[in-house]
Amino acid sequence: MRDQLNYYAARVSAGLMSRREFMGRAAALGMTAALANTMLSSAVRAAGPQKGGTIRVGIQGGGSGDSLDPAVAANATMTMILRMWGEPLVELAAGGGLDGKVAESWRSSPDARIWTFKVRQGMTFSNGKPVTAEDVLATIERHSGEDTKSGALGLLRDIKSMSVDGDEFTLELGSANADLPYLMADYHLIIQPNGGKDDPTACIGTGPYVLKSADMGVRLVFERNDNHWNGDGNASTIELIVINDDTARVAALQSGQVDMVDRIPPRTAGLVDRAPNITVRKTSGPGHYVFIAHTNTEPFSNPDAMMALKYGMNRQEMVDKILFGYGSVGNDTPINAAYPLYTELPQREYDPDKAAFHWKKSGLDQPVLLRTSDNSFPGAPDAAALFQQSCNAAGVPVEIKREPNDGYWSEVWNKQPFCTSYWGGRPTQDQMYSTAYLSTADWNDTRFNNAEFDKLLIAARAELDEGKRKQMYADMGMILHNTGGLICPMFNDFLDATSDRIAGWDESPGFGLMNYYAPIQMWVAG
Amino acid sequence: MGPTMTLVAQRLALGILLLFLVSILIFVGTLILPGDVAQSILGQSATPEALANLRAELGLNEPAVTRYFDWLGGVLTGDLGTALTNGRDIAEAMGTRLSRTLFLAFWAAVVAVPLAIFLGLLAVRYRDRWPDKLISAITLSTISIPEFLIGYVLMYFVGVKLGWAPTVANIHDGMSLGQKLHTIALPVAVLTLVVLAHMMRMTRAAILNVMQSAYIETAELKGLPMFQIIWKHAFPNSIAPVVNVVMLNLAYLVVGVVVVEVVFTYPGMGQYLVDHVSKRDLPVVQACGLVFAAVYIGLNMIADIVSILANPRLRHPK
Repeated sequence: MRDQLNYYAARVSAGLMSRREFMGRAAALGMTAALANTMLSSAVRAAGPQKGGTIRVGIQGGGSGDSLDPAVAANATMTMILRMWGEPLVELAAGGGLDGKVAESWRSSPDARIWTFKVRQGMTFSNGKPVTAEDVLATIERHSGEDTKSGALGLLRDIKSMSVDGDEFTLELGSANADLPYLMADYHLIIQPNGGKDDPTACIGTGPYVLKSADMGVRLVFERNDNHWNGDGNASTIELIVINDDTARVAALQSGQVDMVDRIPPRTAGLVDRAPNITVRKTSGPGHYVFIAHTNTEPFSNPDAMMALKYGMNRQEMVDKILFGYGSVGNDTPINAAYPLYTELPQREYDPDKAAFHWKKSGLDQPVLLRTSDNSFPGAPDAAALFQQSCNAAGVPVEIKREPNDGYWSEVWNKQPFCTSYWGGRPTQDQMYSTAYLSTADWNDTRFNNAEFDKLLIAARAELDEGKRKQMYADMGMILHNTGGLICPMFNDFLDATSDRIAGWDESPGFGLMNYYAPIQMWVAG
Repeated sequence: MGPTMTLVAQRLALGILLLFLVSILIFVGTLILPGDVAQSILGQSATPEALANLRAELGLNEPAVTRYFDWLGGVLTGDLGTALTNGRDIAEAMGTRLSRTLFLAFWAAVVAVPLAIFLGLLAVRYRDRWPDKLISAITLSTISIPEFLIGYVLMYFVGVKLGWAPTVANIHDGMSLGQKLHTIALPVAVLTLVVLAHMMRMTRAAILNVMQSAYIETAELKGLPMFQIIWKHAFPNSIAPVVNVVMLNLAYLVVGVVVVEVVFTYPGMGQYLVDHVSKRDLPVVQACGLVFAAVYIGLNMIADIVSILANPRLRHPK
């Protein structure tokens, strides 16, 4: 039986049999679907990556107003473009931790304040020039300068000085940061010749592909860079086709016009997966949907009112009805198992009695006003309505105000005291907490201000002992869980889909589509 | 021809005046969009200093009237400005987009107009019999269904199930004309279905109107075949209303394709406009609005002039 299945698996990886057919035969031979799937993927991998061919990607997010400058990349399309032609110093590794890209190795001073990155030997940009430590310095300088528009500025604020010694680039921070290498994996921080100061949109980098033609928000074509330092990239040509309409994107995959698409709506994911020759790919990540309240504003400054709302949230119902099961329940912190050094906290459940108790204790009688919009996260108005129902069942009155998509991020989010929103997550706990929960953070969208929390956060940065750090993050999580303005009902999975024409999908940390590396790391099968 | 020229000149002057009024409307409309332009461009990470710098750079601190005349002055000299989001020249970027939209509209018109007129003639020929009723029923139902739905339905059956035509109408310069036409087959079909009924019904009504006249009866008594009477004698006299409705629909093919372009990801003006509206790129939005308005007014003006020229009664007003 095993031989027979191995034969079938080899046929699939050679493109002579569809995945569906294989699963059917495996089932007929009495094999469980999970085992058959594992077998199939190992067979495909054993056949090895095939070079050549064209991979076409249907991706959303892009628009004709997009720029090719890495500093201002702000959507999925722009991020994927950067993955093609450029590389940061380091990148998240498949099993956790980091892989060196432009940096060959890195080390820190014992107090985690001075970090040194060694630039990879013999590396060249796609214009043939060698990569130097000066280029790295110029890049970081461009993203952290006074007048920069870089999306990575927030990560780089603490840099005190930078220097170059031979092929080593050294960063001195104002205060310790044990996570600094993770910050260097940010997708904006693509190393460019002279930091891109001459022409930031030239798309000259060290990536596995080079840009051939670009019609922003429409179609971009890349060709394989044969001089890439470790030979990454399988297809000879990659075409990115921007398809912002969900239905059109899925239809393009079904009709074979593209080989992979990102962001399948959870509502239709089950249907899409049933289509022959298409596989929906689920990646659990740090992204989460939130209900955020300003803890410095009435009635949310009242701890009992906040607690009543937290107990009034039916998290499992949200995962089932809003995410259609493609996600996991939240626990009123922004951290889940996707983060290193994660500790599970006691799960807060929907409890109408406790909600009613806290609401009564708060002494409030005015309904709580929740603002929401379609673009705050997919299904947000429905989630708001569910929340209203579950709160009302506990006697906590909630009113919903539907806001227009237009201007939601400038007029409602981070301005109004209670609204729905989302976070894409960050690679480390420190980054997530520093971005949105440190009392002085720009994006502190819950106006969270807790001296002990701030102290722990700063102390954890300098703590190189992992056990102690883990405990510190657990304590911080607990503080936020109990006193924060964040109600986090669910973590959403990234949902992508690929066709049987391409192979080589693998689990990856970070964003969907294998952290946007799928077109590079997958290959045309058979 | 004196009075005719005066009439045409009058129409032209009216059209320009209208365009001017529309430009004011567009400008005011973009002013009352929610959200601040500088904030929208810089996004959530904007610092107060950066916001202030950008506002000054965009001239947002000047009064609206000054800004309007600056803009109008630019437009009159052919300078539509640069896009706020990526700093590209709008006239240049829009040129490519507009040519693609016109390409789509042209082929949709090539299919839809003769088809609509032919179906109209056919409906008159078999008036109140089953072909007439069938044509009306089908075209009226396609005009009643929202175009994005027709788009999705065609996409599913023709694109996904039958695999006859691509579902993403992503044309680019590397394609031959044949490939381009194949790529835009579905959007052309949707646009045709959407505009067919209007033109068909108007042709039918206009010709039926003429068919009541005495000279048609004479033709019939002379023993001419029915289709020849309709085509040679009735149709020329009903050209004015037909041209009117054809022009209206042509204008729709250019300015009303936003939804169809977005559904089929066709890289034309509609999608360009949508992209920039969502980013608050006001110069682009204003420029698009103005171009759309110009196309609309222009085509309607042509319809007016043609109907004047085609009708001696209008050519010599009392």
